Amino acid sequence: MFGRLVYESFRRQKRRKLLVVVAITLGAGMATAMIAVATDVGDKISRELRSYGANLIVTPQEDTLDVQIGGVDLKPPSDGAYLNEADLPKIKGMFWRNNIAGFAPMLPVPVSLDGSRDAKTFTLLGTYFSKPLTLGKDEFVTGVRVTHPFWKVQGAWPDDNSQDVLLGQNLAAKVGRKAGDEIHISGQTHHISGILFSGGAEDDQVVAPLALAQQILGKPGVVRRVYVSAITKPEDAFARRDPKTLSGAVYDRWYCSPYAASIAFQLQEAIPHSHAEQIRQVAQNEGTVLSRIQGLMLLITLAALFASALAVSAAMATAIFQRRSEVGLIRALGASSVSVAALFFAEAALLALVGGVLGFAGGAFLARQIGRSIFDSQITIQPVLLPVILTTAIIVTFAGSALAIRRAVKLDPVYALRGEA
Amino acid sequence: MSSSPVSTLIRRRAAKPHTSMLLRMLMRAAVLRRAQAASALLALVVAAAVATAMLNLYVDVQAKLRKEFRNYGANIVVVAKYDQSLSPDVLKQVDAALAGHGLAVPFAYVVARTSDGQSVVVAGTNLDQVRKLNHWWSVTEWPSASLDALVGFRAAAVVSPQGKPFELSFQGRSVHLNPAGTLRTGAAEDSRIYLSLKDFVDWTSVQPSTIEIAASGSPEELSALIQELTQALPSAEVRPIRQIMEGEARVFGKTRSTLAIASVLIVVTAALCVLSTLIGWVFDRRRDFAIMKALGASESLIGGFFAAEAAALGAIGALLGFVIGVGIAAWIGRANFHAPVVPRFNVFPFVLAGSIAVALISAVLPIFLLRRVQPAMILRGE
Repeated sequence: MFGRLVYESFRRQKRRKLLVVVAITLGAGMATAMIAVATDVGDKISRELRSYGANLIVTPQEDTLDVQIGGVDLKPPSDGAYLNEADLPKIKGMFWRNNIAGFAPMLPVPVSLDGSRDAKTFTLLGTYFSKPLTLGKDEFVTGVRVTHPFWKVQGAWPDDNSQDVLLGQNLAAKVGRKAGDEIHISGQTHHISGILFSGGAEDDQVVAPLALAQQILGKPGVVRRVYVSAITKPEDAFARRDPKTLSGAVYDRWYCSPYAASIAFQLQEAIPHSHAEQIRQVAQNEGTVLSRIQGLMLLITLAALFASALAVSAAMATAIFQRRSEVGLIRALGASSVSVAALFFAEAALLALVGGVLGFAGGAFLARQIGRSIFDSQITIQPVLLPVILTTAIIVTFAGSALAIRRAVKLDPVYALRGEA
Repeated sequence: MSSSPVSTLIRRRAAKPHTSMLLRMLMRAAVLRRAQAASALLALVVAAAVATAMLNLYVDVQAKLRKEFRNYGANIVVVAKYDQSLSPDVLKQVDAALAGHGLAVPFAYVVARTSDGQSVVVAGTNLDQVRKLNHWWSVTEWPSASLDALVGFRAAAVVSPQGKPFELSFQGRSVHLNPAGTLRTGAAEDSRIYLSLKDFVDWTSVQPSTIEIAASGSPEELSALIQELTQALPSAEVRPIRQIMEGEARVFGKTRSTLAIASVLIVVTAALCVLSTLIGWVFDRRRDFAIMKALGASESLIGGFFAAEAAALGAIGALLGFVIGVGIAAWIGRANFHAPVVPRFNVFPFVLAGSIAVALISAVLPIFLLRRVQPAMILRGE
């Protein structure tokens, strides 16, 4: 009998049921999409924040002081220590290798440009552009095109194995060269593949493949410093603790969190005789901006969830008020108020399940579209979200129905049947 | 039958004049079915509140986010051409061009020698302003007294490993400095020593050569500012710091799009939920519709009655929702940005119009569907 009542109610009142299901579906869909976006937005924004460039720098441990003003290195080139280029692929063998977006070694070398009007020396910066490297079986591509995404080149990027160079925009204007020209550097002729716009000190420099800089310097296999771009977690009080003072389990937790500080610590372990430091301008602000955006999305999601819960509740309440006379009839036929309530709750649960599943599917699709259109990457939907959404949908529909059911059951069947609620 | 809305209406209609009929019907409908009216109103209020909150946030959060991005420090730099110094009124010109929408900090640099002959870069600047400009600097203690120096941690290891006072010389003139605190940035600053501009000029007689500017504003406003500065300062080179500008543009753009999509999603969902609730509510009142029709009311009159009722409901919902929505936006602003979101009253007309429109659609749609049905059939409950 109970089953038939529920079945008939769905069969005969299709339009009313449809309206309620639409409301639940919309609410659940919005909840799914917002939760998926809010939980994933941190990761996505974190990747976008990498456009600020490298957030970690690795320098030789026994290095002398930098003598740098306005990005121009005034230190004699013989001064200071070097890192070993052969150690660099080890960066991709660290615990947090998947969080390393890329790295780029730098080797500044003073050169004289034949053909420039004044006989001043210029800096030639050797680096990787997008160099394929292998560590064991893993292959990866890294270089300034990853770590310095704000560098723009007019012309073409040089090949890492070529003798081609990039000319900084100011230097190019000074010596009157453009992309495709030739230039004499320290007695050799090189092809200028492009003009570099960096907005920094590189605008006054020649940027060349690392091997060329090493060859000019006469020291194969050395680099001066390495910029590392890593995806990190915002710094909190725990991140600022000194790893040396931490005990076993706490140390493991610190080591296994992708804080800028712990990634720097691991970089130091991976590269012998090195000192890794976070570039605080990038690393610290990344944390603040990220936590603000995440916090904003979280609060908006909360507000949206609350709103959809209220909207679904209102829809349920309206739907049940409409069925006063039906309740009156069942009660007049002798049904107890408990069985009437059970009938309504069973219907509400069914509606919530149908609406919840439809909403989850719609919301997941929506979240995917949002991820693709804004961030050019998928937003992953955690499967655990489905039971969460369904449970929430059932709770919300029950809560929304409860008051209305109570009123409907309390009403005298006579009044209800006469339509005088 | 005395409590029935229909019979009450019929009796009063005979006794009283015709003019206030519509108003009375509206009032009675609201009072007699207050539970249903309340749940319909609740849905409207929620939708209006959410729409208000999202519209308010969307406008205000952009300004707040731009402020957060200014923590990255300078986005424009003014450098003297040909290794000269900037004249003192350049800073005044820059400040005038900024007109309060940013911060300009002068820097002067020399390469000095330590007592054992090592080269070290010494910078003179306005330390109070640097503190505001470069939030990311990790400083143990900011200098306060005269001849106090802020020493980068790598420079500290060279000049005063135990934190003792040290001597520096530049072009034969020496100065005795007291290390007040150490500085850690992970960049070139770690190898430098920072002094107050006054101490620096007294010692070296070198004037600032660089001004770092953190200007807030949209990309268009910033490029206008750069152009203005370039024209005003022929002796200096004005250039944007691409790293900061492009990073901001990118992250800001993505955040804004996410926010926009979330706003649209929430507002549309709320509107549709209201629609489905209200349609159910109006549909439920088809008996009223049938009775009015049976009593001889024209279709346009009935339509007008339901439309007026819906419009009133929509207006009340919009008003209440606006107040609540402003509250939600202020709460989100306070919780996340530690600054309240200012209520924007120019949002209200949109919320009001949207709310009334949704209410009208949900009233007119069922009436349109019921138009062809015979009143007798509805009254018989078929």
